[in-house]
Amino acid sequence: MSKIPKWKRELAKLAREAKDKPAKLGPDIDIQEFESSTPGQEVLSNLTELPEEVQKSAETVGISPQERERSGSFFQYDQSVILACAHKETPEVEVCSTSEALKKYDWLRDYWWKVVPVDMDKYTAFAETNQHHGYFIRSKPGARSIFPVQACLFMGTQRSIQCPHNIIIAEENSELHIITGCTTHPSTNSGLHIGVSEFYIKEGATLTFTMIHRWGRDFEVRPRTGAMIEKGGTFLSTYICFKPAKTLQMYPVAHCVGEKSTARFHTLLHGMDDSLLDVGSRAILKAKGSRAEITARAIGEGSSRIIARGHLVGEMPETKAHLDCRGLLLSEKAVIHAIPELEGRVEGTDLSHEATVGKIEEEQLYYLMSRGLNEEEATGLIIKGFLDPEVPGLPERLRMEIKKAVQLTTEKAL
Amino acid sequence: MSLLEVKDLHVKVGDKEILRGVDLAVKKGEVHVVMGPNASGKTTLIMTLLGYPGYRITQGEIVFNGVNFNEKPIHERVASGLFIAFQTPPEIRGVKLRDLIRIAGGRDPWDPLEGKKETIATPLLEKVGLDPATFFSRDVNVGFSGGEKKRSELAQIFAARPKLMVLDEPDSGVDIDSLKTLGLDLGDYIRENNCAALVITHYRHILPYIRPDKASVMCHGRVIVTGDPYEIFSKIEEKGYCEYLGVCPPDMKSLVEREKTYEQDSQVEKGTG
Ligand SMILES: Nc1ncnc2c1ncn2[C@@H]1O[C@H](COP(=O)(O)OP(=O)(O)OP(=O)(O)O)[C@@H](O)[C@H]1O
Ligand SMILES: [Mg+2]
Repeated sequence: MSKIPKWKRELAKLAREAKDKPAKLGPDIDIQEFESSTPGQEVLSNLTELPEEVQKSAETVGISPQERERSGSFFQYDQSVILACAHKETPEVEVCSTSEALKKYDWLRDYWWKVVPVDMDKYTAFAETNQHHGYFIRSKPGARSIFPVQACLFMGTQRSIQCPHNIIIAEENSELHIITGCTTHPSTNSGLHIGVSEFYIKEGATLTFTMIHRWGRDFEVRPRTGAMIEKGGTFLSTYICFKPAKTLQMYPVAHCVGEKSTARFHTLLHGMDDSLLDVGSRAILKAKGSRAEITARAIGEGSSRIIARGHLVGEMPETKAHLDCRGLLLSEKAVIHAIPELEGRVEGTDLSHEATVGKIEEEQLYYLMSRGLNEEEATGLIIKGFLDPEVPGLPERLRMEIKKAVQLTTEKAL
Repeated sequence: MSLLEVKDLHVKVGDKEILRGVDLAVKKGEVHVVMGPNASGKTTLIMTLLGYPGYRITQGEIVFNGVNFNEKPIHERVASGLFIAFQTPPEIRGVKLRDLIRIAGGRDPWDPLEGKKETIATPLLEKVGLDPATFFSRDVNVGFSGGEKKRSELAQIFAARPKLMVLDEPDSGVDIDSLKTLGLDLGDYIRENNCAALVITHYRHILPYIRPDKASVMCHGRVIVTGDPYEIFSKIEEKGYCEYLGVCPPDMKSLVEREKTYEQDSQVEKGTG
């Protein structure tokens, strides 16, 4: 039997103690109700070997099975990693499973549960005691990869659990782009996804992280995310959830620990049917000159409920952050609840927010109709505009993926 | 047969009757100017022509190209060849001007994923003097100056190629030089395409460019007089609306009397002309 290192044993102890600790937000889930093991999947050498319907689903969340314009790929099917590699042309980027990385790098312990607490709630605790791989993506110091690394977390077994722990490191002065897609097999409509992601952005590095979620109607989703941004580093996170789950609750936190570090969150949510989306972003400005920006756009259809949270904490002078949250109600029964919070802890921090929730402005609708569109087309155009991914700093390729996802949702919505 | 015929049109907004029996006709290819004091109902008339919700027809009818328009949805009116340039178009975040111009022209919004160069909106933007490099991807009307909004509306008309264009004060808020280019573009377009136009304006400056055939004056929800545009303008400029129409302050009795005389006058005019 291999000897489990002390640091891992200590974490396991903390996890055990927190195994019944409910999350602060979101409906409580009985993890036991879900299938803890899934059939194993074969390792592939190429994503085009995947069954066609899997490839199709993956494509809707920004994954290119041909790996076109990607500098690496990671694909986890349920609890099996079926592909993990960086392209030969981009040796400055490293892609493997975190279980591999833990074996390979002793130093990974310095990144394991360092920006997300292991005992945060029962989900993080479960992730430590029942980890199902996850991806390790790292750009080496000074690396400049133009094409994004793609990572897909795919669920194909009914009522099962997927629980990856991801570690992403952008080393000093490197630039790393990642697109992650989480989705399901068309025939799978229930399950539990707990994804832990820890981001480390070193001095002068830039990391853009674009995540697209498309779930089934009975999925429970509980991502747990934290980011640490060092001096002059930039973290740009774009999160899109257009096919919601039964309940989704997440509240990623960016810690701006280095001077002049920047965190930006952009969130696009589309609530449908009776789904509940409780999604927030939090930025804690812990160093002089750090900046944060949170924007959220939520569309409520059916009898969905969206809680759009935002929390800015200014702990140092010469810091500045802004929160902008807009909700568009498309049905009588949908509810959008915007909860922006500003917490200034010192003089010299400058925090602001704006939030609006309402339905489509008739004046805009009729104006577009006066250009020849019928009501549905005009509504679609307004929604598309509302969700326009004007995310400065995002590579064109990723902007296009977001645009495609928006296109897909507006066409479906009408 | 007239292209547009408005007969005894009564319109309520909420409980308030704003149009109280408008009669107006525009022939194919005719350029028709509508004047009238503020709040006389000009914009209301246009919004009703377009079918804008909230403008309720309680009496009378709108006939366009032989078809009754009273119950037609907006986009069908547009499809039959009516196009309206708004007095104050709304801002729409996220919708690009180039896409709206293409839509007005019956095309799909431009899809940069396809990578081709855009060839519909670009020349039209150039034509109306909006630099495509900057206006191409700007959100519709967001942060546009007054004059830029007018030009953007014009570019959309040119894209739509309507049978009748209706312009609500295309000249207000436009500087003298711009008025010239705008007027020339508009005039050229009208003549080249034999497009009918209904143009609301308070000023004479635009007349030489659009060369109107007729003018109508609205007051208190009615068309009070229709006739030669230059004559009417001269009279209004000389006397002002108050004296010309005899309705200042609004005095219904004198209004009705004056109406009669104007009706007789215009009857005489029509008879001789
Ligand atoms: N939605 C509305 N609700 C209430 N009153 C309205 C509404 N729309 C128009 N009115 C009223 O109807 C009258 C006519 O307005 P309209 O905008 O048609 O005038 P106009 O002739 O275009 O004036 P202007 O020359 O100032 O543009 C005004 O008294 C206006 O306040
Ligand atoms: Mg008006």
